[in-house]
Amino acid sequence: MRDKKHWPLACVFGTIALCLPLAGADAAGIDSQNFGQVERGHYLTVVGDCAACHTLPGSGHAFAGGRPIETPFGTLFAPNITPDPTTGIGAWTDDEFVNALTKGTGRNGTRLYPAMPYTYYTRLTRDDALAIRSYLNSIPAVDNPVQVDQLPFPFSMRWTLAVWDQLFFTPGTFHPDPNKSAEWNRGAYLAEGPGHCGMCHTPKNFLGADETSQKLQGYALQGWFAPNITDDARRGLGGWSVDDIVAYLKTGHNKTSAATGLMSETLNLSTSKMSDEDLKAIAVYLKDQSAGGNANKTASADPPDQAVMKAGAQIYADECAGCHAADGKGEARLFPSLNGSPVVQQTDPTTILHVVLRGALSVATKPAPTAPAMPQFAWILNDDEVAAVVTYIRNSWGNSAPPVTASQVEKTRQMLLERSD
Amino acid sequence: MALKLPHKDVVIIGLGWTGSILANELTDAGLDVIAIERGPWRDTATDFLISYVQDELRYRIQHELFLRPSQISVTFRNNGNQTALPVRSWGAFMLGNGAGGAGVHWNAETWRFLPTDFTLKSHLTQRYGAGFLPQDMTIQDWGITYDQLEPHYDAFEYLCGTSGQAGNLKGAIQTGGNPFEGVRSRPYPTPPMKQGYGHTLFAQAAQELGYKPFPQPSGNLSQSYTNPLGVTLGQCTYCGFCEWFGCANYSKATPQTTVLPVLLRKSNFEARTECEVMRINLDSTGKRATGVTFVDSSGTEFEQPADLVLLCAFQLFNVQLLLMSGIGKLYDPNTGQGQIGRNFSHQTVSGGLGFFDKDKYNFNPFVSAGAIGMCIDEFNGDNFDHGPLGFVGGGYIGQVQTNGRPIETTAVPPDTPAWGPKWKQALRDNYLSTINCGAACHASMYSYRDVYLDLDPTYKDRFGRPLLRMTIDFHDNELKMSAYLTDKYAEILQKMGAKQVVKQPRRGPYDVTAYQTSHLCGGAIMGTNPDNSALNIYLQSWDVPNLFVQGATAFPQNAGYNPTGTVGALAFWSAHAIRTQYLKNPGPLVHA
Amino acid sequence: MLLINRRQLLGSSAIALLLSLQSARAAIIKGGLPWIPGAADPPTRVTPDGWQFFNAQEAAAVEAFVDRLIPADELSPGGKDCGCAVFIDRQLAGPYGRFAGYYMSGPFQEGTKQQGPQSPITPAQHYRKALAALDAACRDKFGGKVFADLNDAQKDEAIGGLEHGTFKLGGTDSQEFFKLILKDTQNGFLADPIYGGNRDLAAWKMIGFPGTHYDYRAWIDRHNQRVTLPAIGIADHPNWSL
Repeated sequence: MRDKKHWPLACVFGTIALCLPLAGADAAGIDSQNFGQVERGHYLTVVGDCAACHTLPGSGHAFAGGRPIETPFGTLFAPNITPDPTTGIGAWTDDEFVNALTKGTGRNGTRLYPAMPYTYYTRLTRDDALAIRSYLNSIPAVDNPVQVDQLPFPFSMRWTLAVWDQLFFTPGTFHPDPNKSAEWNRGAYLAEGPGHCGMCHTPKNFLGADETSQKLQGYALQGWFAPNITDDARRGLGGWSVDDIVAYLKTGHNKTSAATGLMSETLNLSTSKMSDEDLKAIAVYLKDQSAGGNANKTASADPPDQAVMKAGAQIYADECAGCHAADGKGEARLFPSLNGSPVVQQTDPTTILHVVLRGALSVATKPAPTAPAMPQFAWILNDDEVAAVVTYIRNSWGNSAPPVTASQVEKTRQMLLERSD
Repeated sequence: MALKLPHKDVVIIGLGWTGSILANELTDAGLDVIAIERGPWRDTATDFLISYVQDELRYRIQHELFLRPSQISVTFRNNGNQTALPVRSWGAFMLGNGAGGAGVHWNAETWRFLPTDFTLKSHLTQRYGAGFLPQDMTIQDWGITYDQLEPHYDAFEYLCGTSGQAGNLKGAIQTGGNPFEGVRSRPYPTPPMKQGYGHTLFAQAAQELGYKPFPQPSGNLSQSYTNPLGVTLGQCTYCGFCEWFGCANYSKATPQTTVLPVLLRKSNFEARTECEVMRINLDSTGKRATGVTFVDSSGTEFEQPADLVLLCAFQLFNVQLLLMSGIGKLYDPNTGQGQIGRNFSHQTVSGGLGFFDKDKYNFNPFVSAGAIGMCIDEFNGDNFDHGPLGFVGGGYIGQVQTNGRPIETTAVPPDTPAWGPKWKQALRDNYLSTINCGAACHASMYSYRDVYLDLDPTYKDRFGRPLLRMTIDFHDNELKMSAYLTDKYAEILQKMGAKQVVKQPRRGPYDVTAYQTSHLCGGAIMGTNPDNSALNIYLQSWDVPNLFVQGATAFPQNAGYNPTGTVGALAFWSAHAIRTQYLKNPGPLVHA
Repeated sequence: MLLINRRQLLGSSAIALLLSLQSARAAIIKGGLPWIPGAADPPTRVTPDGWQFFNAQEAAAVEAFVDRLIPADELSPGGKDCGCAVFIDRQLAGPYGRFAGYYMSGPFQEGTKQQGPQSPITPAQHYRKALAALDAACRDKFGGKVFADLNDAQKDEAIGGLEHGTFKLGGTDSQEFFKLILKDTQNGFLADPIYGGNRDLAAWKMIGFPGTHYDYRAWIDRHNQRVTLPAIGIADHPNWSL
């Protein structure tokens, strides 16, 4: 199963304009000869990262579907959304398309699985939805039948999704906050709707729905922990300027951090291709997201065990300092700073354990092509040693996060052994 | 029957420094480029792990990163009266293997040759008279000048982020730099490295003796640097496991840390690794290359058609592939006719040991780097009057000790027993307080009529192809020069305060078991016409104009510096000619 | 501990196998830097138990031999306790013992010293033959005793005889064997302890080499000062103990 795509890093849609429906736009608004509309639709599919699910990497067929999408409930296969009339969506009416996109309603009235993030792009305007349709109409039709639904019982029973929607889905387009700037509202629209940040970064309940009370406070998925991206000074973006966030989303790197894991693909397919204005708007919005009651707290009342910290310091000096430097500050554009790093200080240590145990390649983008990588340390560090060095990193230079235990390391090690991606 | 692959604009043989640079330049020009690499893909975090790369036994002693002689070797003899025998395990030089080529395991000493090195024959003849040169010496001018190459030296240094101190900036001599160097248009991209105690002591002593010491130009970077391609390198950490090893922290300039990340992102580039090129294919006229035939690691044979073939393998294998492809005329040492295999050269390195009082000196030899060091250039090239000396050529002299790796670096005074308690005691008493620099005098080897390459009549590689045969020995000129330089080095060691100095001048005969740099040169040299060279000044084959042969293969003779700076500069020079001239009008760039 | 040591080529979108099914290693690389999660090819730690190449008598001889080449004194334990015999045993059982990677095609003919070793005899074969010959020669010379049973003075006499070519071994060049075992012993003594010798970093501590540290930025400017970092090896980190 190659290049599996992971829920909920799913397709959502974005928009260029500040979400104000154009006067007169209606179901008859599609015009595949309208170059401006097609181009706008193209940008929207980039912003929305549609290709992440609907294009099978290496297939050479854009949006022809077939990419496996791993969910906690089983594997789905992204459908073909090329204009092919039988295996794609060429025969769909515009209303059917818009309903699927914004209401999660399939063509024949069935419910879509929320791996398709209609919970986010319900905030799209009809005009934006139609622009996307316009673009999708302009791409080559590919005959590629996809059996989307291969979930096991009971998740194979789609009627249950209506209940899910009842519980967790609030339809409706985005409403700007008149008390905020146009830029903030633009950012809010992108992040909460098309930008789909919460798909990965907001914690989920046991049925996979967002815990809206902890919006953007981080979530573990697919072997990684999508970090807190609120304004939390320690675990979130509080220490980053708007420019830092823009640089990160544009290039995958800023002076302290590097994107890897699931975010690499999002960067490659989506954010690196977004306009600087849109990225800045997202940054402004995220910087205004409260961290809630957990803001900037030090980790725990109990300081880490001093023997553990001492061993961790030695391991750090021997194995880590050659790149990340004795002061943990790393090297801009090359070695992420661990000193003050939000990723390092997430309460859930999945990402740092993942990176230490298995290594990681940072994303390459045109402005930042280096793609420095972390080597694996699973071969040399046992669980106690990983726990010690990670605990040390999480609690040095002013960092503070809960100590990591050997059993957490062991669990992560096992989890990674079962993953080939 | 070879499987025929889709046509490409360019096929590159070998993905080392020159292959990477050319591929990047020509993909920028819009060409569809494929590189065929004999060895595996290698990269920092997957192959040079900081948790185990500092392993002297594996990488230094057992040659982990290198080509295996069982894959392909060479045969060697000192002269035409001997039977050449195969090199069964590498000794005198090391041959890179895999993506990055020798650029992975090099020290990263990044020198420019002297202006007079490029006009060597005419310069020496003019200064000393034609009769001054040994009869059988076959040195010649390169056909290009330092000034022509300067922008391309600059390009290579800025690609690598070379750390150094300019000595001649636009004609103005700079304090602390090499006053003998050619005019450079810009300073080095990064400041010089820091120096260890031994290196610093050398500089002090050299200064007291009236020399002008300067830091060795280094591709182990003094600070983080982002090159013009946008690729970032880190700061060298002086780990002492540089040359022979891969760098674990992106601080040594290699194709991996400078070019490949950008090159591999291009949709018009692809590399095939663990694929060995068997020959360059020619059309029926023999004057046009049609592509290459290669074999992958399963033994499957492929034909890769292309309009342009770039031979970017190591020097020896460039010559071998030319011979096995029937390109050019084999050199005959008896008649001097033929260009392929002619003017083969290596390097004349020598050094010495300086034993210091252990209670006063602690050099921490392991705190070091591949291209660290302080040097003097008073005895390089023709920077000094050879008239009274009876030889030509020279080299830089420096404290360029790169490491304190225990197997390699545990020198003991000459009267020490080889084993037992006295050996142990001597080991302990001298490890930290010895200057042990085998290549302290890094000097030229000029070309001779009887030093050449051809194909061995007996020994074959694993595909049944004849091995390349090296016929090489030192000549009196080089041995005299080496003795002279080694004396100068020994004087500096004395001045530094050594209690005992052991001189190790180069002695003949050439010994294929003793490491003496991997700077093999020549065999298909560049020049002004087909009667004095295999390649024109753009590294284009005189015989097959859609073939360019890169690397030190083109050096008419070796200079007193490490060659990679010049190899890189020539690659940019050649790429520039291909982009600006050849692509507009494919054919000979110089008419014979 | 070698949990992740797999070359999962399929795991990377930037690297694809050649179409040829037999192509186990050849690869097409394009589209970006290849990445293989967990890639590593670390050395396997030698454990000192048992012998993989030597038989008991050979092992006894080699242990005795390395203990004279590197005698125990106040500077370090002896060659045996430093693991030099174990090192040689594992090396001979591995690629080194069979000249793996060497050019081993014939014809094999004597050449000049400058042309380098031309013998088809591998190190493993060399030891096997020479050790048997050593014991035989010792029995002749030292009243029926094999090398391991000689006293220290006799051992040193025998070794010195090999070194200078005065103590002949039947069927093998005694000086060549001396050079071989001396080189291997010293390599084992001075190599990373992960290969079985240099046990407890004894040799490195003796000479003042701090081992596999990778960051000396804090030391490059501290001229003429003894580096105080503790000695460590690839898998030897006494300082990590919790």
